[in-house]
Amino acid sequence: MEAVFLTFVFVLSIFLGFELISKVPSTLHTPLMSGSNAISGITMIGSLASLKADNLTVAVILGTLAVTFATINVVGGYAVTNRMLEMFKKKDDGGAK
Amino acid sequence: MNTMTLPINFAYVISAGLFIFGLKMLSSPATARRGNMLSALGMLLAIVVTLFNAGLDYKWILVGVVIGTAIGLVAAYRVQMTSMPEMVALFNGFGGIASLLLAWGEYHQHPELSVFIALVTFLSAFIGGITFSGSMVAFGKLAEIMPSKAIVFSGQHIVNGAILLAALVSGVIFGMNPSTSYAIFLVIIVVSLLFGVTSVIPIGGADMPVVISLLNSYSGLAACAAGFVINNTILIVAGALVGASGIILTNIMCKAMNRSLANVLFSGFGATTQAAGSGEQQGEIRPATAEDVYYILEAADSVAFVPGYGLAVAQAQHVVQELGELLEQNGSEVSYAIHPVAGRMPGHMNVLLAEANVSYDQLVEMDDINPRMDTIDVCVVIGANDVVNPAALEDESSPIYGMPIIETFRAKTVIVLKRSMNPGFAGIQNALFFNPNTRMYFGDAKASIQALVGEFKSD
Repeated sequence: MEAVFLTFVFVLSIFLGFELISKVPSTLHTPLMSGSNAISGITMIGSLASLKADNLTVAVILGTLAVTFATINVVGGYAVTNRMLEMFKKKDDGGAK
Repeated sequence: MNTMTLPINFAYVISAGLFIFGLKMLSSPATARRGNMLSALGMLLAIVVTLFNAGLDYKWILVGVVIGTAIGLVAAYRVQMTSMPEMVALFNGFGGIASLLLAWGEYHQHPELSVFIALVTFLSAFIGGITFSGSMVAFGKLAEIMPSKAIVFSGQHIVNGAILLAALVSGVIFGMNPSTSYAIFLVIIVVSLLFGVTSVIPIGGADMPVVISLLNSYSGLAACAAGFVINNTILIVAGALVGASGIILTNIMCKAMNRSLANVLFSGFGATTQAAGSGEQQGEIRPATAEDVYYILEAADSVAFVPGYGLAVAQAQHVVQELGELLEQNGSEVSYAIHPVAGRMPGHMNVLLAEANVSYDQLVEMDDINPRMDTIDVCVVIGANDVVNPAALEDESSPIYGMPIIETFRAKTVIVLKRSMNPGFAGIQNALFFNPNTRMYFGDAKASIQALVGEFKSD
């Protein structure tokens, strides 16, 4: 039953994703990629929760590496997306930068 | 432990909502930045509540988070806008490897898996592995650490097929008896890494937008599979959103090149110089000096710049913006027409021009500029080639026939900035260069535009 429930969530999310993303203008495709990249760093949640205090050594190493890579993905992804989006300005916005 | 599970899961629902709102706000440049912030807030919330799980090993979490944050921030603030494709490829790869490691760690702790969990563990490791090694190859090609041309060898499809078959067979063996198949799991990891490499090396530089989009989608799907492994809905929702985003972008890129995904992935396009449609259509080319170009631009009422990857290579975005300003002061209407596959990733040119302070309402899509191309006085093509080649419309024997192009040849005058007469990525001659209304302005794009800026200023 669990598997069915999770698959249900998966299928609905895919449809939602299609709806949302098809509205993004091509001007913003690069920030979209880096931003969605940052979202895919959500694996970090899983790797955090997997790092239990009573883990075997190998699992600690794997978990720590997973947390490190996922953090790079999350922090770097959001930071670089913000940096890019900051640059998109309209002429009459006045120079914020 | 159970007392915290419920509130943690409710917080994940809020996070999912924030991701969705964040993506929705990306539909306009005006709200995009706040959207990204909302999405980041959702991520922060999810991370913080996860730390409330009982029995976590905070010491190692801290190590991972500190190292990861340091690397992520330095990379994000150091990277040049022209190198954005490499950066995105690299981050994609890291997402993939994180999913692989997560699946591996879970399996190592609890080797007794049900068939369903074994299946998703396999998928998480396999897709994660392909994403990682594939992204590393893409990074190598984009950063020109390795040759960016397509690398093809005879029997490549057979090798790829064999690797894929090996992966599926080991997946089945693993699924039947996970608790005794540790060695098989390691084989799956090695095979997936290998498959990532062999499936990306035959793809040439200008097809990179497709590959990056596809790998972006994989990184989401890997996260999704990892979500199934650990029974966590937020991973599934977020992963599916990213997966969908990558699929849509891949589709847009393929359409913009009039090629199927299979053709991009397996044909080794651009590895060999196509003989078709080249050579014969020679004619007279009309070179122009900076002064000639200046007089043409000076008299123009409307000017459209058409940038391509050459603009990024020459780092010419700032001088182009400066020239655009001067033209506007001179009374011309200035726009920037951007082909969907210009550059090395979706939206690459837009980011470069935004960096140079070009207002985003001047960035025009191909489908918006083509209908009014006849009314444009001057098109300035900078470092673009195949995306303005009229052979795509007229010459059925051309390898790029059917690809939508920016129809610059219909403008009253076309000025093409180019280093030399070398053909572009597809290896085909461009009839646009021989058109009677085309003037060729040879030289380095940045130096050439600087010369024009100089002409305008001295006047």
